[in-house]
Amino acid sequence: MHKNGPIALLFHILVLTFVLAPLVIICLVAFTPENTLSLPTNGLSLRWFKAVFAHPDFMASFWNSIWLATFSATLAVAFAVPAGLAISRYTFPGRDFLNALFLSPLIIPHLVLGVAFLRLFALIGATGSFSWLVATHTIIVTPYVLRLVLAALSGLDRSAEQAARTLGASEWTAFRRVTAPMILPGITGGWLLAFINSFDELTMSIFVTSPSTVTLPVRMYMYATESIDPMMAAVSALMIAITAAAMLVLDRAFGLDRILVGQR
Amino acid sequence: MISRSPTISIPWLLAGPGALFFAGLVLLPLALTLILSFHAYDHSTGIQNTFTLSHYIAVVTDDYYLEIFWRTLRIAALTTLLCAVIGVPEAYILSRMKDPWRSVFLLVIIGPLLVSVVVRTFGWSMLLGSQGLVNQALQLFGFPSVRILYTETAIVIALVHVMLPFMVIPVWTALQKLDPMVEAAAWTLGASHFTALRRVVMPQVTLGMLSGSLIVFGLSASAFAVPALLGGRRLKMAATLVYDEYLQELNWPLGATIAIIVLVANLCIMLAYNRMVEARARRTLG
Repeated sequence: MHKNGPIALLFHILVLTFVLAPLVIICLVAFTPENTLSLPTNGLSLRWFKAVFAHPDFMASFWNSIWLATFSATLAVAFAVPAGLAISRYTFPGRDFLNALFLSPLIIPHLVLGVAFLRLFALIGATGSFSWLVATHTIIVTPYVLRLVLAALSGLDRSAEQAARTLGASEWTAFRRVTAPMILPGITGGWLLAFINSFDELTMSIFVTSPSTVTLPVRMYMYATESIDPMMAAVSALMIAITAAAMLVLDRAFGLDRILVGQR
Repeated sequence: MISRSPTISIPWLLAGPGALFFAGLVLLPLALTLILSFHAYDHSTGIQNTFTLSHYIAVVTDDYYLEIFWRTLRIAALTTLLCAVIGVPEAYILSRMKDPWRSVFLLVIIGPLLVSVVVRTFGWSMLLGSQGLVNQALQLFGFPSVRILYTETAIVIALVHVMLPFMVIPVWTALQKLDPMVEAAAWTLGASHFTALRRVVMPQVTLGMLSGSLIVFGLSASAFAVPALLGGRRLKMAATLVYDEYLQELNWPLGATIAIIVLVANLCIMLAYNRMVEARARRTLG
């Protein structure tokens, strides 16, 4: 391995500073005792975190987002695992079309999906329903699960499965006892990635949420456009903490670089 | 589905429910939006049941919309360029690091991808505000404070921050496929470091960079949170324009028209990319 020169390392430090600066400033300002967005120069305070937990709108949106992400990630797995099996194990007419259809939400801007869902829901009278919100998030996060499932299936040694079949296991038993455990890391990684993507989603949700189904990012966006106080920093710091925790779990279990880099 | 051979029915049984779900919630809403963009609109009575091309004509002839499209393209292009200038060398530097550091820094660079865009944009609004850290630093060194927030500069800075991982990831992936010994071999054979970089590393990196550029350009051109929070009322981009037409002006057909234009532009970029990758693959395979 060749070493990086001093100029390369300086460049690297500047890039790191650029990447971390907005996140660090949020985490610092969140602890301010003042009433304005300022660095905590006169000691640290938890008052803005307390304010968040006492704020009914933020708490309602937080739980909304948690349930939304849980349901949509689970549904995404339910769609992606059989679809992944069909796409990777069989050749059949329409296979390429199906693959493109399932991955299409990745190349359709969320803005466009948002207005498209809004139009559909206005026509069928589904605006403001939580179940339909789950459906929209399922569409957006399924491709992330599918890619990891496809990657897991293609990296699989099929001889174990064939051995099970030869020894008399039915196709279903072979899947349940042999294939499924082997692709479980891919499925779990996909579920977590789907959860995070749903939990963070703003652009599409802003079109399809109603006052009773507002998600946390949408609530934060509305709050940021109306008022400027350190409560926003406290919520943001909590979001960073949750994401960092999920990232650590993902990284320990599967290697985050593998999940994020290996997916394309 | 009735079929003669089980090889057709099993995959469709497996993928069928998902396919129906996706057809109903991707293809159908997009088709409805396309139709909506041709509906006439009246400010007092709303969406009319007559069809017209007037929204498309309005969007491509009115200076107000053209300026917003032009700004969107300009900002997206500048963001892509800066992401390449920062992301490609950074991915190269990362690939030359030794292991605990390499994994740690790769996580630091691509990890923010998982932090909500609202959060990251909010962070930049604090850094770039008139009393923000950037301006305080400028004053400390005796420079006059500058107005960054609510300018295109602020939008570009935050977009580069949001998009950087999308540039680093494909370049990193491309570099992983490059055996470091090949570069060393070039040196041994008398090539200068610069020549080795240009003739050995760059060709490998180019495809990753192109792939990253297209993703970054597409995502920047349709970005919503960054221009909405850092651009203010005046500096609109395509996505914030669609948002305003839908939720402020309530002119859904016009909003649908702009959304369709954004979608078509995005699909064209992706199609061009696929062509390019295929052509390149054909060339290298001979």
